[in-house]
Amino acid sequence: MSENKPYDMQEALDKALKDDFLRMATRRATDKLRHQKLDAANQLGDWEEWREAGEKIRNQVILNLDYYLKQLIENVEKNGGHVHLAKTPQDAVNAVQEIFQKHNAKTLIKSKSMISEEIHLNPVLEKDGVEVIETDLGEYIVQIAHEPPSHIIVPAMHKNRDQIAKLFEPIAGHSLTSDTPTLTKFARGKMRKKFLNGEIGISGCNFAVADTGTIAMVTNEGNGRMVSTLPKVQITLMGMERIVPSFKELGVMLNLLARSATGQRLSAYTTLYTPPRREGDVDGPEEWHLVILDHNRSEILGDPDFRASLRCIRCGSCFNVCPVYRQIGGHAYGSVYAGPIGIVITPLLEQDYEKWGHLPYFSSICGACAEACPVRIPLHDLIVKHRDRKVLTGQTSAIEHQAFRAYRYYFTHPKVLRHFVHWGARMQFVFMRRGRIVMGPPPLANWLKSRYLTPLPRQTFDDLWPMLERRLKKIELQRGEQK
Amino acid sequence: MRISIFITCLGNMLYPDLGVTMAKIFSQLGHTVDYPDNQACCGQISFNSGYTEDTRAIARNLIDAFEDSEVVVAPSGSCIGMIHHNYPSLFENDPVYLKKATDLIHKSYEFSQFLVNVLKQPDLGARYKAKVTYHPSCHATRLMGIRDEPLTLLEHIQGIEVVPLPEAQLCCGFGGTFAIKMPVISEAMVQEKAQHVIDSGADILTGLDMGCLMNISGYLEKHGHPVPAMHIIQLLGKGM
Repeated sequence: MSENKPYDMQEALDKALKDDFLRMATRRATDKLRHQKLDAANQLGDWEEWREAGEKIRNQVILNLDYYLKQLIENVEKNGGHVHLAKTPQDAVNAVQEIFQKHNAKTLIKSKSMISEEIHLNPVLEKDGVEVIETDLGEYIVQIAHEPPSHIIVPAMHKNRDQIAKLFEPIAGHSLTSDTPTLTKFARGKMRKKFLNGEIGISGCNFAVADTGTIAMVTNEGNGRMVSTLPKVQITLMGMERIVPSFKELGVMLNLLARSATGQRLSAYTTLYTPPRREGDVDGPEEWHLVILDHNRSEILGDPDFRASLRCIRCGSCFNVCPVYRQIGGHAYGSVYAGPIGIVITPLLEQDYEKWGHLPYFSSICGACAEACPVRIPLHDLIVKHRDRKVLTGQTSAIEHQAFRAYRYYFTHPKVLRHFVHWGARMQFVFMRRGRIVMGPPPLANWLKSRYLTPLPRQTFDDLWPMLERRLKKIELQRGEQK
Repeated sequence: MRISIFITCLGNMLYPDLGVTMAKIFSQLGHTVDYPDNQACCGQISFNSGYTEDTRAIARNLIDAFEDSEVVVAPSGSCIGMIHHNYPSLFENDPVYLKKATDLIHKSYEFSQFLVNVLKQPDLGARYKAKVTYHPSCHATRLMGIRDEPLTLLEHIQGIEVVPLPEAQLCCGFGGTFAIKMPVISEAMVQEKAQHVIDSGADILTGLDMGCLMNISGYLEKHGHPVPAMHIIQLLGKGM
């Protein structure tokens, strides 16, 4: 699996950029999602008002997280659920492992959970001899392909029907046509048996309602509902910030989530359940565990510069507008969370710039992400903030520091800069062909690899101004005389 | 009105004609034009790279240069966007410069915005026969909210036909130092943008930011599809 090999940025980018299929598929899928989202947002009338409401609700939760967490935990325990507070991904994995050991369980059915990706749960359980079945179709596909998801909402965005048919064939034991009904029917048939035999279910959590202990989960395949009703023992994984105070706020957030994620008014299945099963309930788990993961979210909360990133509801709409993600897809980032939000949260969750310091540069700071975000996270500003922090903590190269010191010097000494530009204008001919700069020293060479550059004109505006000013003055005088 | 030109570093060094045309337009409309020559750069290059301290020095220089100006107009949505969007946070711990920065924000405009919304004189009597497509640069639209102003200016140039640019909202891949620091991603982005420009069928690519235009046309030239790029100010200059 690719996970075992250390990430090499250049290699990952080259691989992604050479993968024409990946790029075409990513473009097509993100375009579709983006257009659907815009339509769904417009249907609401004043989308900006909804965004503001979303931002407010999320801020309310985050700024009072201790209160809401306590309330949630109390209600879950009152309902008969077991709460596991996991400070680290390892703690979360341990909690899950213990539950498996307690029940001596060997089969797991899972619906989509980014937290399980964040804590790298599957490989650990598989090593323990547990059969892990991803029941979200996209997750199932990437699981068979031994790949991480490439988009938080559409995990197999980078695969087409033919590739999926090829992946399914060895499991089916016969050839499959690559039409969607055949493929989904195959996966469905495969899944159905597993659903009935799964000993433990694990699912994610879009929102946990603090004042009731209810879990809200949106899916489009209904698999989440199967996972949350069939197995006797269930585990819900959630990031500790994924709380809403009450059902009142949940309505706003579900609207923002479904519309932003897939352009639906509501996801096909919006499952609200308050486990475990009580007397008189017809289904639901007999034993329910809620694993609440911190994984440095507390650090983010205590960091005013980045706190806004905790508002994220993982809708993926920043992926769908990002011109960088569009070109390279999700895997090239090397992180569990890709796209603009991944750039922002990965170095924070991992508290590691050494390994994840490349991410903040995967952005042209175009601002499309912030514009799309349903809870108004200023994503591009936070990306710049990371670069800022890298500089402050001495994690950028000495050459870069020197380059910016020089930039600072010249651009605070306009007169000196002028001489420098004149010198450049005289010397640039060595790099020119047919009136264009076509080659040059690094870092200019990086630009010139794919583009020409306009040469410096003989005279800058500084040079032209004195004469221009005299001419304008003359015109002004003449005009005054005419009057 | 006394209008100060903020030529921007790129404009000063590479496209001085932008300043000349701007000055002529404002003068023709009966305004006094000046050019405080201590100005240099808005600091966006270092800011976006995370060099905040260096940026502050550059920003202070710019703020000081325009301290006595009545209004400040620049041929760039990006540089004005830098001032409006980032100066407040840049000087949040410096009350003196925060005040000065706020003053500058209140009196500074991007060219099309100024002409259409402030002077309310979109019709300069320009004539220029060409089929153009307009690239809405990211910072002009997203940081400054400039959407219709440039199109209004184009509408008032006689002979101009504006054809739509497919997927116009996509960044061209310039991003200041991004193009140099992440050249392969930047190239993929500009490649797609260039293809959209070709697909638009336009003879000329126009916009509000020379950085983006230089990026896209530089790519097109190198790859043998020269669609000239002209700033809206350059179109006006040719047509007046």
